[in-house]
Amino acid sequence: MSVVALKPYSFPAKDVRENFPAPLLFIGWDDHLMFGSPVALPLPPDTPFGALGTAVLPGIYGYHPDFARIDWDKVEWLKSGQPWTPDPAKSLAENGLKHKDVIRFRTPGLSGINGSCN
Amino acid sequence: MDTPVIKKKLGLKDRYAAMTRDLAWDTTYQPMDKVFPYDKYEGIKIHDWDKWEDPFRLTMDAYWKYQGEKEKKLYAVIEAFAQNNGQLGITDARYVNALKLFLTGVTPLEYYAYRGFAHAGRQFTGAGARVACQMQSIDELRHHQTETHALSHYNKYFNGLHSPQHMFDRVWYLSVPKSFFEDAYTGGPFEFLTAVSFSFEYVLTNLLFVPFMSGAAHNGDMSTVTFGFSAQSDESRHMTLGIECIKFMLEQDPDNVPIVQGWIDKWFWRGYRLLSIVAMMQDYMLPKRVMSWRESWEMYVEDNGEALFKDLARYGIRKPKGWIQACEGKDHISHQTFAVFYNYSAAAALHTWIPKEEEMAWLSEKYPETFDQVYKPRWDYWREQADKGNRFYQKTLPMLCQTCQIPMIFTEPGDATKISYRESDYLGNKYHCCSDHCKEIFDNEPEKYVQAWLPPQQVYQGNCFKPDADPTQEGFDPLLAVLDYYNLKVGSDNFDFDGSEDQKNFAAWRGDSTEGAQK
Repeated sequence: MSVVALKPYSFPAKDVRENFPAPLLFIGWDDHLMFGSPVALPLPPDTPFGALGTAVLPGIYGYHPDFARIDWDKVEWLKSGQPWTPDPAKSLAENGLKHKDVIRFRTPGLSGINGSCN
Repeated sequence: MDTPVIKKKLGLKDRYAAMTRDLAWDTTYQPMDKVFPYDKYEGIKIHDWDKWEDPFRLTMDAYWKYQGEKEKKLYAVIEAFAQNNGQLGITDARYVNALKLFLTGVTPLEYYAYRGFAHAGRQFTGAGARVACQMQSIDELRHHQTETHALSHYNKYFNGLHSPQHMFDRVWYLSVPKSFFEDAYTGGPFEFLTAVSFSFEYVLTNLLFVPFMSGAAHNGDMSTVTFGFSAQSDESRHMTLGIECIKFMLEQDPDNVPIVQGWIDKWFWRGYRLLSIVAMMQDYMLPKRVMSWRESWEMYVEDNGEALFKDLARYGIRKPKGWIQACEGKDHISHQTFAVFYNYSAAAALHTWIPKEEEMAWLSEKYPETFDQVYKPRWDYWREQADKGNRFYQKTLPMLCQTCQIPMIFTEPGDATKISYRESDYLGNKYHCCSDHCKEIFDNEPEKYVQAWLPPQQVYQGNCFKPDADPTQEGFDPLLAVLDYYNLKVGSDNFDFDGSEDQKNFAAWRGDSTEGAQK
C-alpha cells in the first residue's frame, strides 16, 4: 500500500467494467485539435470495428471538413500510443479492445485546417 | 503611605502566547497519541512545537475588531453597488461569466478550506499551530460568505448564478476544483498545510486573487474588487502561515525533507492544473484585459518562485518537479482551456464566445510564438462556421485525466500539436493521465485516485439523473436529463453568449440607462 493512512486503506475503484452498460472506449483523432480532447464512449463489445468510421465517429467528428475526406483504408491506428492494425470486420472485443482502452487514429494527408493540426 | 501597585500590561506577543501556549496541556488519563492520532502518522517528526513562530499574531479581541471593521466597509460597498445599479457599470455582460466561474468554482473551495483548517486545527499537538489553523478556518468561512453575498447581486440580473453549491457537487468542470480540495483534506494535516497553505496560498494564490481583482476593477465591478481586497488582507496572513509551516517542518528534522518535497511536487502540479481556469479567465473572459496569463505567470511564479526556492535550497528543497513543464505551459493552457469550454458550452452554466478581432490581435501580440500558429486557425474556422449559423458544439463526453480531472486537452512538452496521453495499469484496470506529473501523482497513490468521481464516467454509469428520471421512457434525452440534474436552465444558462438572454438584457438595460441619463 502506497497511501499513507491511519488504518488499512482499501476502497472499490469507481470505474470498473461492471459499473458500465458497455466497456468504455477512449478515442482521439490526432492532429485535429479543434475537438480539444479525446472522447469517451461506452460501446458494446460486439460492435464491428469498421462501424466506428461509418456509424460512431461521423456524429463526433463530422463537423470537421477533413472528416468527409478520410480514406478509411489508409487510416493509421494507435492503441496505447503504439501502432496497431485492427481488423474492421471483427468486433471491438475480437480486436482485443478492453474497458478503458485508448485508441487514436491518424489520417495521412489530412492534418487540420490549412495543415494547422486544428 | 502605600506604594502603588503597577499592574504590568502584557504586550501583544505575551498576550498571544498566553492565548496559545497556555491553552495547551498534556493529557493524563488517555495517551496523547490516542487523542491526537493524526499528527504523527504521515511520518513528519516534530521535536519541539514551541519553535513554531505564530504567523497569526493577533489576539482574539484584536482579530474580531479588525475583521469587523473590514466587514462594515465591505458591506457598505456592496450595498452602494446594489443601490446604484452597479451591474450596469460593468464593461460588458460577457464579464459576468468570469464571476459565474468564480462563484461556482472558487467560492465552494473557501468552504472546503474552512473545513480543512478546522480539522487540522483539532489535530496538531502544538497549540500555536492549532490556533493558527482555527483562525484561518474562520477567515475561510468569512470568504465563502462575503463572496456569496457580493455576487448574489448579480444573480438578480444574470443567468447561471443560481445554484453554485448544488452545481459544485455535480457539474463536470467543477469536479476539477472539488477534487483538488477533497484530495487535500483527505491527506493528513501536514500534507493539507503543504497543499493549501504553502503550494496554493503561498506559491500560487497571487495568480488567483491579484489578476482576478484587477480584472474586476478594470471591468467596472467594484463589488468584487472590495471582497477581493477584503480577502486579500487575510491571504497575506495565510501566506505567512504557508511559509512558516514549511520552514517549521524542515527545521524540525532532516527526515521531514523528502516527505515535504514529495508533497511540494504533487501540490504545485495539482494547483497549477487547477489554475487553468484563471488562465482562460485572464486571456479570454475579461472584456478589458489586465495582463496576459503568460505575463502573470512570469511575474508571480517565475520571478517570485525563483527567489523562494533559492531560499528553501538551504533546507535541501528544490523546485517542484513539474516546474519546467508548468513554465512552458504559460504559452498554451489559457487557449486550450477556453477552447474546451467553447466545445462544451451546451453543458456549461456559463457562456462562451469567439474572441473579437481586436481581442485576437491582443492574443497574437501577447503570444507571439503560439497564438497565430497553433490556436488562431481554429477560432477563425469556428467564426466562419458560426457566421453561417453552424456554431460548433461537441456532444460526446470527453476523456478526462484521472488525477486532475480536466479533459485531456493538454499537449506534449515541446509539441503543441500533440495531445499528451499517459497510461497506467493498476489491479487489472487502465487509468489515463494528461501529463507525466499527473501520472506520477496517480502512481504514487493509486488507491486514492481509483475512487475519483469522473463526471463522464458517472454520466455513463447512469448516476447523473434525477431520481424520477426514466431512461427507458420513449424520447428520453440523456443530455437534457443530465443538465436537469445539474440544475442548469437550458437555453438561458448555457450556449453561446451571442443571442443569450444575458446579452440581450444587458444591451436593453444599458440602452435604457443611457437614454435616461440623456434625458
